Amino acid sequence: METPLIELKNITFKYHGEEEKNALNDVSLNIYPGEWVALIGHNGSGKSTLAKTINGLIVPNAGDIFVKGEKVTEETLWDIRRMIGMVFQNPDNQFVGSTVEDDVAFGLENQGVPREDMLTRVKDALEKVRMSDFMIKEPARLSGGQKQRVAIAGVIALRPDVIILDEATSMLDPQGRKEVIDTIRKIKEESNLTVISITHDIDEAAYANRVLVMREGEIIQEGTPGEIFSHGEELIELGLDVPFPEKLKAALKEREIDVPDTYLTEEGMVDWLWTSGLNK
Amino acid sequence: MMNKLILGRYIPGDSFIHNLDPRAKLVASFYFIAIIFLCNNFASFGLMFAFTLFAILLSKISVRFFIKGVKPLIWLILFTVILQVLFSQGGEVYFKWGIFTISEWGLKNGAYIFIRFVLIIFMSTLLTLTTPPLSLADAIEYLLRPLKAIKFPAHEISLMLSIALRFVPTLMDETEKIMNAQRARGVDFGEGNLMQKMKAIVPLLIPLFVSSFNRAEDLAIAMEARGYQGGEGRTKYRVLHWEKNDTFVVIGFAILTGLLIWLRG
Repeated sequence: METPLIELKNITFKYHGEEEKNALNDVSLNIYPGEWVALIGHNGSGKSTLAKTINGLIVPNAGDIFVKGEKVTEETLWDIRRMIGMVFQNPDNQFVGSTVEDDVAFGLENQGVPREDMLTRVKDALEKVRMSDFMIKEPARLSGGQKQRVAIAGVIALRPDVIILDEATSMLDPQGRKEVIDTIRKIKEESNLTVISITHDIDEAAYANRVLVMREGEIIQEGTPGEIFSHGEELIELGLDVPFPEKLKAALKEREIDVPDTYLTEEGMVDWLWTSGLNK
Repeated sequence: MMNKLILGRYIPGDSFIHNLDPRAKLVASFYFIAIIFLCNNFASFGLMFAFTLFAILLSKISVRFFIKGVKPLIWLILFTVILQVLFSQGGEVYFKWGIFTISEWGLKNGAYIFIRFVLIIFMSTLLTLTTPPLSLADAIEYLLRPLKAIKFPAHEISLMLSIALRFVPTLMDETEKIMNAQRARGVDFGEGNLMQKMKAIVPLLIPLFVSSFNRAEDLAIAMEARGYQGGEGRTKYRVLHWEKNDTFVVIGFAILTGLLIWLRG
C-alpha cells in the first residue's frame, strides 16, 4: 500500500472550558497523495477542528499527526505549514494584503522568498485562478468568489502539497461557489495536489475520491461519494443534504416506483430514466 | 459623513507630485510644517505661499479640493485668530475695551496664524490627496526602521497600520449594515437629545466590536496558516524607488530654506 501523506493517529481534542464532550474523539485517518477527500457532517461535528489539527493550528490533547512521515511538533510546525495550505470560510477575514497582489505575496514574504521570485510566482498564481486582471484591486472591490480565488492563489503560490478548504465555499453564492470549485479542480489536475475539503455543499463532496462523514467528533462513515450517497436516508437523518438525483430517487420511491439502489450522478439518472420505460 | 471629509482622501492621478516617492513626500510635508514657523514677516510668508501654490499646480488637482479641506477647520482657525487679535499686545493700539485690545501686533499675529494654518492644511491635504494610504504606510515603515535600534517595533506598527487601512472599507460596510439592521428593528440614529443619541449608538457599537474581535481571530489564524511568524526573515513584495524627481524635491526644499532665512531679516 502507498505511504500516506497525512496520518492521524488516535487524535483526541477537547476545547478549553468544555467539560462533557470531546470535539474530536479518537480519530484515526490516512490521506494519500493526490487524493480529494471530503469531510462532511453537521455543525459542531468536529470537521473544522480536525482540519486545524492537521497543520498545527490546534494541538490535540492526545494522539499524533504525521505529515510526510514527519511528526507535527513545536519544531516541525512551520515546515509542515509550508506543505499545507488552508483556505478559510470568510473571504473578508483572511484577506491580509491591501491589494490582491499584496495578499498573494503575503505567504511568500513570510517564507523569505526573494523579490524577483515573488513577482513571477504571484503572477503565475493569479493566472491560475484567472484573477490576473485584478492584481492592483483592493478587497473591497471584489466579490466573495473572487476573494476566495485570491485566497486560493495565495495558497498555491506557496506550492503546497495539500490544500485544505475549510468550508471555503459556504459564504458564497452558487455562482461564486462554482467558480471556486472549478478553480480547485483545475489546479488539482495540473499540479497533483491533495485536497481536503470540509463542506456542507453536497456537490462539492461529490467531486471527492473519498467522503468521510463525521458526527460528534468521530468518523462514522467512509467511502466513495457513490457509496455514501446511496445511504440517502441516513444522511438526511444526520442533518445532511443529499445530491439532487438522490432526492429524485426518494421522491420516486414514495410513489412506489422501483429505483436502483446504487448512487447515480445526474447523467446516470437521466440515462436510467429514459431507459427504464417508466410510463406513468 | 465621509464624503465631506477631504482630509485623508486620495485622488488618483498622474502628475509630478503623484509620482514622487512617498518617503520624499512625507518627509517634505513634515519639513514644510517645521520651517513655516521660521516665517516672521510678510515677505517670508509670501514666499511660502508661492511655494505651496506652485506645489498645488504641479499636482494638477483643482484648488477647490484644498479649500474644501480647510472648511471643516475654519471655525477652529477663526477662533484662534480672534483670540490672538483680541489678546495680543504691542505696537500701536487701535481699539481698547476692557481686557480686549486690538493692536498692530495683534492683527499681525492673527494674520500670520491664519496663513500658517491654511498653508499647513494645504500641504497636508496635498500629501494625502496625491499619495495612496498604502504607500504612506510603506513610507512610515521605512522611516521608522532606524528606530529598531532602540527596540521600537517598526515592523509590527507598519503591519498594524496596513491591516487597519485594509479593513477601513470592510468595517465601514459592516457599520452601514448593522445600522440598517438596527433601523429595521426600530433604532433611531441621530434623533432626540444628546443622551438618547448616545444610547442609540450602543446597539451599533457593541456588535461592531464583537465582530471586530471575531475578524481579528479569523485573520490571526489565517495569517498563521500562511506561515506568518513575525518580522524576522521576511522579504518584501513592495519596494519604494527613489528617483531623480525626489532629489529635485530635496534640492527645492534646501533652496526654500535658504531663501527663507535670508528673508527673515
